[in-house]
Amino acid sequence: MAQKPPAQRPFAPSGEHVARQVRLPMGKSFEISVKSLRVRFSRSLITVMSLVLAVAFLGFTLIGHDVAMGLLASGSASLQSELVKAGFDLAPGRYPGTYEVAASAKDRWIVILSLLVCAVGIVNAQLMAVTERFREIGTMKCLGALDSFVLRLFLLEAGMQGLAGSLIGALIGALAGVLMGMARFGFAALKYLPAADALASLGIAVGVGFLLSLVGVSYPALVASRMPPVVAMRAEE
Amino acid sequence: MSQMNNIVRVSGVTKTFDLGRITVQALKGVDLGIHSGEYLSIMGPSGSGKSTLFNMIGGLDKPTTGKVFIDEVDIAQLDAYELAWLRNRKIGYIFQTFNLIQVMTALENVTLPMTFAGVPDDEAAEKGLNLLGLVGLRERHAHKPMELSGGQQQRVAIARSLANDPAILLADEPTGNLDLSTGEEIIALLKSLSSERGVTIISATHDYKMLNVSDRVVWIRDGRIDKIEERDQLKITLGGIGAKEY
Repeated sequence: MAQKPPAQRPFAPSGEHVARQVRLPMGKSFEISVKSLRVRFSRSLITVMSLVLAVAFLGFTLIGHDVAMGLLASGSASLQSELVKAGFDLAPGRYPGTYEVAASAKDRWIVILSLLVCAVGIVNAQLMAVTERFREIGTMKCLGALDSFVLRLFLLEAGMQGLAGSLIGALIGALAGVLMGMARFGFAALKYLPAADALASLGIAVGVGFLLSLVGVSYPALVASRMPPVVAMRAEE
Repeated sequence: MSQMNNIVRVSGVTKTFDLGRITVQALKGVDLGIHSGEYLSIMGPSGSGKSTLFNMIGGLDKPTTGKVFIDEVDIAQLDAYELAWLRNRKIGYIFQTFNLIQVMTALENVTLPMTFAGVPDDEAAEKGLNLLGLVGLRERHAHKPMELSGGQQQRVAIARSLANDPAILLADEPTGNLDLSTGEEIIALLKSLSSERGVTIISATHDYKMLNVSDRVVWIRDGRIDKIEERDQLKITLGGIGAKEY
């Protein structure tokens, strides 16, 4: 019976059978995850909602700060005094003789807290969503999917959800921030708003939201992808 | 004992499940050789260990002791990639609960294993349609599983199991969730696949309708092989059993 040559893996690539491996091209993974998101649209919406809110809050705070900085930089004394009246603290800037708007510690903590709550919310929603799909995961593995295929599908879905959610959130937050500034200081708020800083703030908000979404899905997805097919299939739907 | 035409060989397999305080020995030493191209049924009451044995053969679960060989390769020695390749190319699975992916259409379900195997999209779609045609569902290729009846879903699952021309078809209670006549259709379909394509079919079941088409029947009782009956032996005993069932 022992005719198997040593030091050769069973089913190893050998001459005629070139690539004895399974694969899932990136384009195909993308297609599958888009499809899956579309079918489960309302489910995804719930998952994304908390992210949208948290990112909107972050964007609102950042843009609010930009607006204040813009007004400060305008050099108009009346606007600056209005700024102080509105409750903004002026702190000495990086260069002697300049001032900048200090982000209050309270604001910072509220933003961090909201992001933390949002992260917990995402982990919770993703755990539920992944658990619902145990059978699907087990089936895919029986059809030859590797752990990495499953992980990639979930990361792609979460990434798309994260990107969409944080874009929407950041836009809502920025809009709210600008409108708020205009309500307080009139048209000057928009006039002196430094475009580059505002864009950077938007970018930061989107980036943080995207990252948060990926971090939130990684644990549930890792658990699901490592599950042996029998266990995954045995799970009730 | 170890003929070369054994496509699957199970040797001294035991399986113990550790359920916290108690341990359950589901398989207590099973030796079995399955010939290439045969239609084998594993029969036994619930809890006899037949599903466990079935999972071992399919590489879905690992034995506690003993070995399972597929094409004389010990599957415990395979790494994750080789195991995935085995599941993808060598074995087709059919389940009691169909296990179609709900968000995909019938055709997408059938082509998914081909995608994993690296078959180009249009080629996969064409073959998928042909396979759906083989099971009589070609014109339903765009339907989602929810829009199909149980029997139709099982047909799609059979088409999917054939996607990469596997040598072995593993069917776990394929008729368990189907009514009598639909079950018979599925059995007839499996039988025709076995005789026309030469696929080895291994089916775990307690459906006595399966006996008619099986080349051999393995009776499992209490984690051990009770007896193995050949087709011709079977016809004699069938009357008694059949009377119980119908």
